[in-house]
Amino acid sequence: MNVQLVGRQDLTLAAPASRGTILEVEDLHIAFPSRLGPREVVRGISFQIGAGEILAIVGESGSGKSVTARALVGLAGPGSQVHAKALRLADHDGEPRSLTGLSERQWSRIRGRKIGFVLQDALVSLDPLRTIGREVGEPLLTHGLLPRNEIGKEIETLLARVGIPDPAVRAAQYPHELSGGLRQRALIASALAARPRLLIADEPTTALDVTVQQQILGVFQALAKAGHGILLITHDLAVAAQLADRIAVMQNGELVETGPARAVLRDPRHEYTQRLLSAVPSAATRGRWLSTQGTRPAKPPQPERVEPILALRDIAVRFTRPDRSVTHAANGVSLHVHPGATLGIVGESGSGKTTIGKVALALRKPDAGEVLFRGHAWSQLSERQRRPLRRHIQTIVQDPLNSFDPRYTVERIIEQPLLLHTDLAKAERSARAQELIQLVNLPPDVLDRRPTALSGGQRQRVSIAQALASEPDLLICDEPVSALDVTTQAQVLDLLIALQHRLGLAMLFISHDLGVIRHMSDRIAVMKDGVIVETGPADDVFDAPKHDYTRRLLAAVPRL
Amino acid sequence: MALRRFGIIAAVLWGAATITFVAVKAIPGDPVAILTGGENVVDAAEREALVRQFGLDQPLPVQYLRYIGQALRGDFGDSYQYRQPVLEVIGEAAGPTLQLAGTAMALALGLAFVSALATAGRRKGLRTVLAGLELAVLSTPVYWVGLLLLTVFSFYLGWFPIIGGEGIHALILPAIALCLPLAALLAQVLRDGLEEALLQPFALTVRTRGVSETQLRLRHALRHAALAVSTLTGTLFAGVLAGSILTETVFGRAGVGQITLQAIKTRDMPLLLGLVMLSALVSVLINLAVDALYLLIDPRLRRAAR
Repeated sequence: MNVQLVGRQDLTLAAPASRGTILEVEDLHIAFPSRLGPREVVRGISFQIGAGEILAIVGESGSGKSVTARALVGLAGPGSQVHAKALRLADHDGEPRSLTGLSERQWSRIRGRKIGFVLQDALVSLDPLRTIGREVGEPLLTHGLLPRNEIGKEIETLLARVGIPDPAVRAAQYPHELSGGLRQRALIASALAARPRLLIADEPTTALDVTVQQQILGVFQALAKAGHGILLITHDLAVAAQLADRIAVMQNGELVETGPARAVLRDPRHEYTQRLLSAVPSAATRGRWLSTQGTRPAKPPQPERVEPILALRDIAVRFTRPDRSVTHAANGVSLHVHPGATLGIVGESGSGKTTIGKVALALRKPDAGEVLFRGHAWSQLSERQRRPLRRHIQTIVQDPLNSFDPRYTVERIIEQPLLLHTDLAKAERSARAQELIQLVNLPPDVLDRRPTALSGGQRQRVSIAQALASEPDLLICDEPVSALDVTTQAQVLDLLIALQHRLGLAMLFISHDLGVIRHMSDRIAVMKDGVIVETGPADDVFDAPKHDYTRRLLAAVPRL
Repeated sequence: MALRRFGIIAAVLWGAATITFVAVKAIPGDPVAILTGGENVVDAAEREALVRQFGLDQPLPVQYLRYIGQALRGDFGDSYQYRQPVLEVIGEAAGPTLQLAGTAMALALGLAFVSALATAGRRKGLRTVLAGLELAVLSTPVYWVGLLLLTVFSFYLGWFPIIGGEGIHALILPAIALCLPLAALLAQVLRDGLEEALLQPFALTVRTRGVSETQLRLRHALRHAALAVSTLTGTLFAGVLAGSILTETVFGRAGVGQITLQAIKTRDMPLLLGLVMLSALVSVLINLAVDALYLLIDPRLRRAAR
């Protein structure tokens, strides 16, 4: 399937006629009512998008980037107050039309027709109860662009334009029957259906694996070449770097820096942009702190003893699907984690990396093979025999909110393992919780709060404190920073490394993010379809990948 | 799959028949007294003849087996009270009941759809008023609503007959009385379903295509909300088909509710068993229909069902 070719060929036919500015935004303010009066979330931002140009607005969660995008189609949300000195969109004839003070009826003629909008995660952004064809054709029907009997043909053309093979077959299928990549293409096709000149894409590749992400980015590149103006909203600097002509960095409702992509990335002017850029983990960040940019001391030398703390030997895990077919989540997986060292497991969704984490934690019994933990036949013990050893192996998950009891205070959450594994008295437990919360760099007053009152980064620190309470030797970290913003991610990764140095922790670090894996790991195992295709020291695997899949994976990662 | 379904239906019907049989036999009392309308109305010879005629001299297991055997052939025996075949008795009552239940259900669905579509996630004032009305209707006994309707429209205005009557004219007030609580319940569930669907990310996508709020509801959200509503509609419909004793009583209508009441009062064993089997059958069929509807509405369920 050649996305670029399919895209370019057909898109040239649909190229918007004129050049010049498509969207002009001047001094845009967006406020929401709150008990303390209107709360401004976007504070006077200005930008322009020209034909064939891709502008990326990059920012962390809460920066106001998504609400900006939605305000451009009049959907900033209930109660929102949107003001701008100028908000102009070029019509199909190239004449600018103002978007301020439009009625709902006027907006509905802009939406889809003049501005196409692509959201993230097409599994939930396409109506699951309707066929792909009906979803893609809806803008045509709504804006009355084609008679009903011609829509079917146009849908197939649109699906082909975004590189979907067998468009006739796909049009008759439902979203859940398509892969994530095809769904996202279909969503783009639906945004393109009414031939808008401007496309807004809000995190269009965030839910996708890197190889699929690469294909979708290719679709956007082809669309820009064909003359569409594209506003890309993303938290991912590397995605912006690869796709955008210009980058605007957003922080707290303001654009702190705007410029050509290369200039912003190579020579960031604003302190926040610099901080964002240096917080992205990569090959270059190994050996330095992410959040402060300082060099970090080398890891304390490990004893020469090579007895691994955790060993998996020929692990196989099979799942039986409802239709009785069998899938191998793991097949002949062998790996070792040494004391004080980090083994990174990297792979795309469905590769079996989370299953391996569960097997290591003895939460899932392998169908074949054995697990040794601290020399014990870990997978063969009964849970009763395992229990006294459990304190030595702890886990950190992607979103600890789900594993915290929302009624417990942070203190009680941290004290739970102490109650289970130690005989400490109440006052001693309380003192220990104080120590632990300081260890993860949180202020002591956090202890009295409940998990829902904490930010994502604070919650992840609490979960680290809880994991450390029983003084483990091994941490199983499953996507521990995937839900965090890049600057928060940097702080949590720094914390994990500092703790590893201080406490001599071993880590099994599972992630889909190659940059994070490279930054964190001593050794790396690359997983695909339940099999480890390549394993070795981090630098060797990244710099001289031996397996074809590793090479493809590395090539697909957008670079800064 | 189909065979399994059939097995489940058979098991449900058999279970319903058995439980009713046990329950009726467990209640103390003399069936002959019921047959003849009082204690010691007939002499020993007549009594013996009646007992033999209705098979009451047989041991219980034999009575049970004979009953089940006959039921399998669609023969539920003769009603004690009406002295005619049970199926005929039920058949006569089913007509008015079907009329009333069908009309009330259709009205209720119509009202619920209009109210929910108009107020789900918009028109805050109207939404509050309607939601309050629904709560009021749900917490008011149906006979009170019925009496209120009768007082206003039959006594004062004289538009409708007070008791009984024929044709559509006589159907209107009872159907309204019966439909109001159904409509209230359906509207609540439908509105919740719509509001949940409208919060899904796909609703935002649909809005960005320039689709109007009303079209978004009709083309997209309604189908999502229809899942919960179809289950509830099925359950409610099975309920009203089994007879609406209160509505029938207030408006003096014949129907399944009336004969059920009589059958329980007089312990008319064959009729009661026939009625239970009927309502079990109706439930099972409606459940089948709802399951089929689910597959029609949600394509994601189709593969699992196959």
